[in-house]
Amino acid sequence: MTDWTTSPQVERILSAYPDKKSAVMPLLYVAMTEYGYLTDEAIQKVARLVGMTSVQVSSVATFYTMYKRQPVGTYLVSVCTSISCGLLGAKGVLDSIADEAGVPPGETDDAGQVSVEHVECIGACGGAPALQVNYELIEGVTPDQGRALVQWLRSATPPLINGDEMQALFGGQRSFDWGPPDPTGAVGPVPALEGLGSTGEAP
Amino acid sequence: MKILTTRMEAHPTDSHTLERYLETDGYQAARKALTTMTPEAVHEEAKASSLRGRGGAGFPCGVKWGFLPPDTRPRYLVINGDESEPGTFKDRQLLERDPHQLIEGIIIAAYAIDVHDAYVYIRGEYPKPARRLERAIAEAYEAGYLGQNIFGSGFDLDVTLHLGAGAYICGEETALLNSLEGKRGEPRIKPPFPAIEGLYGKPTIVNNVETISNIPWIVANGGAAYAAIGPEGSSGTRLFSLSGHVRKPGNYEIVMGMTFREFIDEYGGGVREDREVKCFIPGGASAPWFTGDQLDIPITIDDVGNAGSMLGSGAIVVMDETTNVVEAAHSIVSFFAHESCGQCTPCREGTSWLEMVLARILRGEGRPVDLDLLLDVSDNIAPGLGWPPKMTTICPLGPSAVSPITSILRNFRSEVEAMIPAGVANG
Ligand SMILES: Cc1cc2nc3c(=O)[nH]c(=O)nc-3n(C[C@H](O)[C@H](O)[C@H](O)COP(=O)(O)O)c2cc1C
Ligand code: SF4
Ligand code: FES
Repeated sequence: MTDWTTSPQVERILSAYPDKKSAVMPLLYVAMTEYGYLTDEAIQKVARLVGMTSVQVSSVATFYTMYKRQPVGTYLVSVCTSISCGLLGAKGVLDSIADEAGVPPGETDDAGQVSVEHVECIGACGGAPALQVNYELIEGVTPDQGRALVQWLRSATPPLINGDEMQALFGGQRSFDWGPPDPTGAVGPVPALEGLGSTGEAP
Repeated sequence: MKILTTRMEAHPTDSHTLERYLETDGYQAARKALTTMTPEAVHEEAKASSLRGRGGAGFPCGVKWGFLPPDTRPRYLVINGDESEPGTFKDRQLLERDPHQLIEGIIIAAYAIDVHDAYVYIRGEYPKPARRLERAIAEAYEAGYLGQNIFGSGFDLDVTLHLGAGAYICGEETALLNSLEGKRGEPRIKPPFPAIEGLYGKPTIVNNVETISNIPWIVANGGAAYAAIGPEGSSGTRLFSLSGHVRKPGNYEIVMGMTFREFIDEYGGGVREDREVKCFIPGGASAPWFTGDQLDIPITIDDVGNAGSMLGSGAIVVMDETTNVVEAAHSIVSFFAHESCGQCTPCREGTSWLEMVLARILRGEGRPVDLDLLLDVSDNIAPGLGWPPKMTTICPLGPSAVSPITSILRNFRSEVEAMIPAGVANG
């Protein structure tokens, strides 16, 4: 494995801010893409890059829910249970997804394939109930579609999670017109952003 | 009358591209500002527009810019795209569908307040909006609208996109600045306000995505033209997020002044299955609720404020007659309990208490004293239970958790009482 800490991308992130401590958040994402989750080694390397102690970096990482200190599945299914989704049946969607995955919210299946979690509002309240897979959105999901989504993730094992594809297969009502298709997708349970090196393109 | 969503409606397939933006007068306002106006003149237009912040507090944008101490440099501009208040999804649409409109607003605002480094903080759960903005920023650099000597005016500006990582509290402006500095996203004690001591201790203006997306129109058409739209104190158009039990949820850009009833009927297609509105939240999860009897209140910042709530983040959540209000309140209270940063005891412990008591009532294990207990705990977080709340905490998150409690106990007390099993002792 080449040393990711000296990649041009890491250099670019470090130089984007007047104080390199500001790079801690993007670098934690880059490290998650690298290791799958924030291992001790990942924390140490980020700490060295930004000039903080491991304890300091750890304290930052634990503040934010998207930095995972434990392994997560290839597919992280995050179901919104906040007010607008709750009014339209989010609990049923979460239950059927957890049931199909065979794990309670907050856990990962034995194969390390699917993690299920409940999350607070993901800004898709007009398309309630809404959920995300690796932070790519699906709106207007029924409990049955949620179940089918988990089955599909396990059988098709998509290498890339694309929101448009999932919305077409398992979604319904949307918050607003999504406009033109977005071929970009997530390659792991990290938000897919070019600057973080965590995107993939559909063929 | 529309400002923010004109382009995305007329050109649904490519409103986010630079090509389309330029074909629809894009970057003309920035060019006009940088090449024909002084920074002071641009600032005057912002003041004249009476544009009030769209992030929640409704503070006049031009007035805020004026708080910057005249001589300290560098100054920073930070755009708040953390949008995490349950019910709110308007900034997502502005970022995904018209990112250049925001970038142009940033260029103009930065020029007006002499800023050369701007940051856009987008919540981590918004990778698609962030990607669209990321590409738009790259396009703008390539075309020379960002970087050095923009439009040959000698003005330089760099814009950096920063992704959050799952923490609602980072929407609070000082928490956001801490987060951007690589710290835990905990709010700072104010004063000092960010305009005096913000990012890296330097004077900083924090503005919402929607607020800044209005700036190109204001410079192109003049502040006075903007101020002339809508009622006094709520000038301009505003993008409202409508969700809950309506037929057509969505983001709708309207001129303020119509009533909630008109808005819900005309834009939301009315309530599903022709049911009655039991209650609704007029401005995001932090806002006290209105009941179905209050649907004729006009949608303006002042009317809603005078009626004891707020337009806040512009999120209207409709609950029909079938809604279990205790369940709805529990959802909102657990949100705040989950998102409390933990710095202040009344917020950290109070929100968890409230959540626990509501959960107990929902399980059918409530006790008669629980209603008073809810109010006691709430009073400890926001003494007097008035609106706007009295603050004992560093930021308004704690008091926000009280809104659903007072809302259900003032309006639906008998319904809550009916959920307490008879014959249960107060043990
Ligand atoms: C708990 C809390 C969360 C907030 N979340 C947001 C947010 O997500 N987006 C936002 O623009 N403002 C949010 N605000 C308001 C900001 O503190 C700040 O007032 C705003 O960004 C200023 O921009 P404006 O003047 O353009 O509205 C929040 C405030 C609090 C107290
Ligand atoms: S009120 Fe709550 S969220 Fe705000 S600073 Fe205090 S503990 Fe943190
Ligand atoms: S409440 Fe579920 S996305 Fe907002």
